[in-house]
Amino acid sequence: MLIKAENISVIRGKKDILKNINLEIDNDDFITIIGPNGAGKSMLLKCLMGFFKPDKGKIVRSPELKVSYAPQDFVPEKSIPISAYDFIKLNKKVSELEIKKISIEFNIEALLNKQISHLSGGELQKVLIVRSLVENPNLLILDEPTQNLDVSGQLSFYKFLNDIFNERKLSILMVSHDLHMVMSSTKKVICLSSHICCSGEPLAITQDPEFISLFGQDFAEMMSVYKHDLDHKHEGHSHA
Amino acid sequence: MLESYILNALFAGICVAMIGGGLGCFVVWKKMAYFGDSLSHSSLLGIALGIALGINTTIGTFLVCSVFAAFLVYLQNKKIFSNDTLLGILAHSSLSIGIVSISLLNKRVNLDSYLFGDILTVTTEEVAWFFIATLLVMAALYLIWNKLVLMTIDENIAKSERINTNVVQTVFLTLLIIFVATCVKIVGILLITSMLIIPAATAKQISSSPLQMGVSSSIIGIISIILGLYSSVLFDTPTGPTIIVMLVILFIIIFSLSKLKNT
Repeated sequence: MLIKAENISVIRGKKDILKNINLEIDNDDFITIIGPNGAGKSMLLKCLMGFFKPDKGKIVRSPELKVSYAPQDFVPEKSIPISAYDFIKLNKKVSELEIKKISIEFNIEALLNKQISHLSGGELQKVLIVRSLVENPNLLILDEPTQNLDVSGQLSFYKFLNDIFNERKLSILMVSHDLHMVMSSTKKVICLSSHICCSGEPLAITQDPEFISLFGQDFAEMMSVYKHDLDHKHEGHSHA
Repeated sequence: MLESYILNALFAGICVAMIGGGLGCFVVWKKMAYFGDSLSHSSLLGIALGIALGINTTIGTFLVCSVFAAFLVYLQNKKIFSNDTLLGILAHSSLSIGIVSISLLNKRVNLDSYLFGDILTVTTEEVAWFFIATLLVMAALYLIWNKLVLMTIDENIAKSERINTNVVQTVFLTLLIIFVATCVKIVGILLITSMLIIPAATAKQISSSPLQMGVSSSIIGIISIILGLYSSVLFDTPTGPTIIVMLVILFIIIFSLSKLKNT
């Protein structure tokens, strides 16, 4: 176990932002949280990272836990002159050699000398993730990482994230709305709407009545069709 | 041979330019120009307090600005008004209350010297204090620099890396208040923000890292203090505004050169 939320609730006024959430993240987990706007997804991440103390319940952290976080809507202020290299190194104890090595590993060495205000959304997202990997975390938390990316940017980002998951021994917890990402990479989906409506393997939750009532029949069918398509591609020959 | 009052003015100006350079970068990055303006307007109330209590006006300014900043941050977090409206109300009300209080004190006070600065009356003792304040501010800014830059780029990343953002932000605001309190004498209440914004905006044109921008900004400030002092003696113009005019000239020259270079 890396981190565990035990029955946490966050209450604002009379509204439950989060209600009795139980969640455990283990080594080698790849969990995606989905849910409608205002479901408390970002709040749950904030509680897990300790920015915010839940009103009820508690967060248990393993002593080995090393979290790294990439925020939602990361658009750096244009007036700050800083290169990708300096940004990666900022407030981190890493050597120049380590940064060079990891940049080559994830194919961003051409970006190192560029100012971060000149990077495209996809490039910026990669730099941000590489920065979060330099001190070898065992849990990577991402809040809607593909929000500002175009379609090709999204596809290359998924591949990038899968490489990270496969090559480094770490767990990933992500908030995402992206069907492709959710269905093709994630091992577990948690569906959140203040409380946890349902959770499980991507295909299994699309059959869940709570999921269907939250996102509608169409969305659930689209997700399962998507999975179906992917399976065919994997089998390859049967319909070729 | 330079007169001693010119030397005092020069040293005091250089001290202010040195701290203004680094702090000004953050004011530009965090879009706090109006915040800085409000803070400096409130310093007139501090001067009134200092005169009324018979204490040093710099200390009075520091006290009033601290209370004002705490109140401002509190109201900003309450989000009753938009930030812009809030600062608009507080900046001008504190300036007006300050002027009214000073005139109610019934003492002969030269208001112009507070509004536009009076660098040529800086005493040797004050220079010593400015020097100590500069060393303290530079040391503190050096200690929080990386954390503050990261926070400015993204507050949540900073929090996730276990930076106590409240502490760092409070230290930064305190340094800004020290700057305002010392700068009143140099360029005056109405022009303090320009000592923060213009050097930083000029340095931005020629910098490729945060530290480089901070250092260039200080150097640009120092050059304009020297040029401003010299010209004000030469042409017999008010010193504070003359320093700011020099800053603007440097800004225009460097801005045009960097645009030419890029085309």
